[in-house]
Amino acid sequence: MIRSAKMLKVGESSGLSKWIAGIIVTFYALVTVMPLLWIVATSFKSPPDSISYPPQIVFEPTLEGYVNLFTERSRQTDEYIEKLGPPETWYEEIVRERNMVVTGPSRFAGRYWNSIFIGFGSTFLAVVLGTMAAYGFSRFKVPLKDDLLFFILSTRMMPPIAVAIPIYLMYRELGLSDTALGMIILYTAVNVSLAVWLLKGFVDEIPREYEDAALIDGYSRFQAFIKVVLPQMKAGIAATAIFCLIFAWNEYAFALLLTSGNAQTAPPFIPAIIGEGGLDWPAVSAGTTLFLLPIVIVTVVLRNQLLRGITFGAVRK
Amino acid sequence: MRKVIKNSVLMTSILAIGLAGCSESADGGADASDITVCWAAWDPASALTELSKEFTAESGVEVNFELVPWTNFADRMLNELNSRGQLCDIMIGDSQWIGSGATYGHYVQLNEFFDAEGISMGDFLPTAVDAYSAWPKGTDNYYALPAMGDALGWVYRKDWFERPEIKEAFKAETGRELTVPTTQTELAEVAKFFQGREIDGKTVYGAAMYSERGSEGITMGVTGAMYPWGVTFEKNKGKYDLDGAVNSPAAVEALNFYKDMFKATTPPGHTNAYMVENLDAYKSGQVAMQQNWFAFFPGIVKDEAVGGDTSGFFANPGQNIEASVLGGQGMSVVAYSEKQDAALQYMKWFAKPEVQAKWWELGGYSVHNAVVQADDFAESTPFAGEFSKAMSSVQDFWQEPTYAELMQASQKRFHDFVVADKGTAQEALDQLKDDWTKILAADGKIEE
Amino acid sequence: MSNNNITKDTPGLRGLSDKSLAWLFITPTIILLLAINIFPLIWTIYLSFTDYRSNQPGREIEWVGLENYRDVLTSPDVWGYMQTTASFVISTMLIQVAIGFALAMFINKNFKGNSLLTTIILIPMMLSPAVVGTFWTYLYQPQTGVFSYIIDFFADVGPLDMIGSVDLAPWAIVIVDTWMWTPYIMLLCLAGLRSIPEYLYEAAEIDRANALQKFWYITLPRILPFLMLAVLFRGIENFKMFDMVVSLTSGGPGSITELASINLKREAFENWKTGYSSAFATILFVTVFGLGSIYVKALNKVKS
Repeated sequence: MIRSAKMLKVGESSGLSKWIAGIIVTFYALVTVMPLLWIVATSFKSPPDSISYPPQIVFEPTLEGYVNLFTERSRQTDEYIEKLGPPETWYEEIVRERNMVVTGPSRFAGRYWNSIFIGFGSTFLAVVLGTMAAYGFSRFKVPLKDDLLFFILSTRMMPPIAVAIPIYLMYRELGLSDTALGMIILYTAVNVSLAVWLLKGFVDEIPREYEDAALIDGYSRFQAFIKVVLPQMKAGIAATAIFCLIFAWNEYAFALLLTSGNAQTAPPFIPAIIGEGGLDWPAVSAGTTLFLLPIVIVTVVLRNQLLRGITFGAVRK
Repeated sequence: MRKVIKNSVLMTSILAIGLAGCSESADGGADASDITVCWAAWDPASALTELSKEFTAESGVEVNFELVPWTNFADRMLNELNSRGQLCDIMIGDSQWIGSGATYGHYVQLNEFFDAEGISMGDFLPTAVDAYSAWPKGTDNYYALPAMGDALGWVYRKDWFERPEIKEAFKAETGRELTVPTTQTELAEVAKFFQGREIDGKTVYGAAMYSERGSEGITMGVTGAMYPWGVTFEKNKGKYDLDGAVNSPAAVEALNFYKDMFKATTPPGHTNAYMVENLDAYKSGQVAMQQNWFAFFPGIVKDEAVGGDTSGFFANPGQNIEASVLGGQGMSVVAYSEKQDAALQYMKWFAKPEVQAKWWELGGYSVHNAVVQADDFAESTPFAGEFSKAMSSVQDFWQEPTYAELMQASQKRFHDFVVADKGTAQEALDQLKDDWTKILAADGKIEE
Repeated sequence: MSNNNITKDTPGLRGLSDKSLAWLFITPTIILLLAINIFPLIWTIYLSFTDYRSNQPGREIEWVGLENYRDVLTSPDVWGYMQTTASFVISTMLIQVAIGFALAMFINKNFKGNSLLTTIILIPMMLSPAVVGTFWTYLYQPQTGVFSYIIDFFADVGPLDMIGSVDLAPWAIVIVDTWMWTPYIMLLCLAGLRSIPEYLYEAAEIDRANALQKFWYITLPRILPFLMLAVLFRGIENFKMFDMVVSLTSGGPGSITELASINLKREAFENWKTGYSSAFATILFVTVFGLGSIYVKALNKVKS
């Protein structure tokens, strides 16, 4: 995975120990994945099924959770509902069965969109800035380079709540509270330190000879960066972008404290999905499923880049 | 070099414009033809949503709602006000916020508006006006219109209380008839009787009580016992002399009572419960009684499982004195709103007696005299009489500008003692007295 | 952009010296970090010497010297939160190192399908901690939750109130953190294992070393720097822990799981004691930084 597997011949002792290892790891993977499967299953349960005792493994699947996630509903009397006539859509039919009517769309879609917009926006900026800075740090003599690099990294040691105190005051004065722009700037700043750190490692790995050759060919430094270095950094940039995106996608503390009705992202919203008389677990699970799905896909599809990023970022220091 | 700078400037500005454009569109624009009302996400808010359609039909102003679950409500909305956010044009804020709303300039003072529009506070229940609208207390500076009266009450399984075999068992056990509790002691007795009993083949529990840690849950529950024991926070009202009041022997007794009852009568895992958890426990048939706000009672009457004649209601029982905990909210105009005119127009409409009557009909708790003093009010719903009774003896938590801090302290001390078994009641209340003294002193209310 | 475009259309770039390019590349990042990290940090330190409250507009800010620091450091409650945080960090690290290390050893056996299994194991650490905390409250429900049901099924202990019980709540947060982050420790151990050159084992084989000796003299010393790094990063993260625990227990029952960050949030954004919480934040930052530096020194020693 990370290095070639051929080096490990000594570790590969008998077939039996492989079998045992395989069984243990499989068991651990099952334990790991079970809570996730349970959540996905719950998103297809009806609200009563979701709180039945004992917990149900076999149940009649319904889309009620998803309908509840995307709609606002209100409870009505039988007479009121009869007056309305037959339901016009499949989702109204589901809602009507609980003596409710759909009163409008919920805010979930908007929150989800905020997550996407803020996540991608800040990732893009962090990667652009990070690539430039990483190249600068790697190739040029920068005064106080080591101090600067350490300073960049140390900003990540601050507890997010501690950072949020002054940011809250600053954004309040600047009118950036509860705006997508404010969140993008903040997430970019948090991510750029990681991006610089990771990407500098990748740039360091690219032999200088390539650029030197380009310079001799008449390229300027900038051109050499664009034409020679950037293409070689592709994998590193991809890995970094994934990390930045995951951070921004998952971030909770800043979003909780600095956003409200306009720029709120999904993480502070999902725990607050309530139904009539309690947390609506199928709707919460539906929101959770939709929210986690992209990350699970990214993890599975891009696992090699991810692994490289994780171990690389850590081990290099 | 110049080109590079030009390019990067260009790129940055494109980005900035793009971002600005997006954040603009997310704002929804400053369209004066719609206003946003901020409130908690609960049944009465659905009723208000329904009611507000009439306002839209009349005025052409759309009414949006930003509804937040109760456990995040104070946290999120006070943050919103402190950020000087423009999300909310109208805030239906909790009664305790009036102090900070008025003092820190979050709410618009309404006296001029009331005078100009002929809205008289004399048309509303005096207790409600004092609780929801006035700051400082006792003055006639108004920062809110009384919007939603509310008090702490109890719901019980009328059907179980009426079963002969249960009645007999109760009499055998306690020597008295199973009736609706009239004192806190009786309340605990009834709850303990139901605890662990088999009813219809299911084990049921005594009572669902408040125990939530994060916002205000356990404080509301505990004060529900303290007020009937005659406990006040100050020895002399308005003097902030806490010692010997909040930690008095009666307060210790009440706190111990709440803990005993809590430990002996709640279902398993009921350790972080507030409104919705109590509703859940009750509606699923787990408990014989639940402590909850009157605001939920219209919803219970309509409920599929426990609605109709299945449930009965009673005001928080007294002990040494009759007392209930005040809930409810006033309707305020947010000082940072750019649509204050439309917001005031909405408020004017809401204060009309006929709208207030409709409000009560839809499940909101009007405190307009035209509604609550109507001859048939007590009979209009199964809980209206008890509501009037509760409202006549309500007490509220601190409404000081520092209320949030005072609440934090009581949440911690009560939860540490009642749920986490830390220390004794006396210690918890002594610590609470110290916490509160510090907070009030820092606010300049007491000399330390 | 094609090669030609650059050479022809942007003659200005040719003249761009390395030095100016370096600044052009580095400055934006530095400015951003100055604006969003350093300036706020300095502001926080300034505020920590005042009695400022961010919910009281127009209030005069008074310089109070070290009063806030004194209040934080002499509060028995704060020491309680620090202890809670310390035991959370220590217990999660011990458990995760044990499981993660073992797991890495097993995965390193290279059985069939281990790439797929590794990927599955990794999933939890990619997920949003706040959302994870929320759905674990559901799994932990004493009556209807599947976690309690499974434990009860195998151990017959009755319904477990993981979140509400004083004894179990600390374990509730440790279990979720372990579920999420053991893969991280495992990955770094794996990287360590795979960096061990084969010839070391071959040489040991010639010396007739047994498996235990090979582990003790080759594997462990080689893997230790990786392990310690993993612990460093995870330790810092858990010291700062907020989101997962707040959505799981919100610090309860009582203050049993109230970590330092959770209390900081209450003081700063519910009580609005900005001055006091700035002092608290500064103390936390200095603590992380100090402990981190000591740890890094130890790490460097191990490396050499």
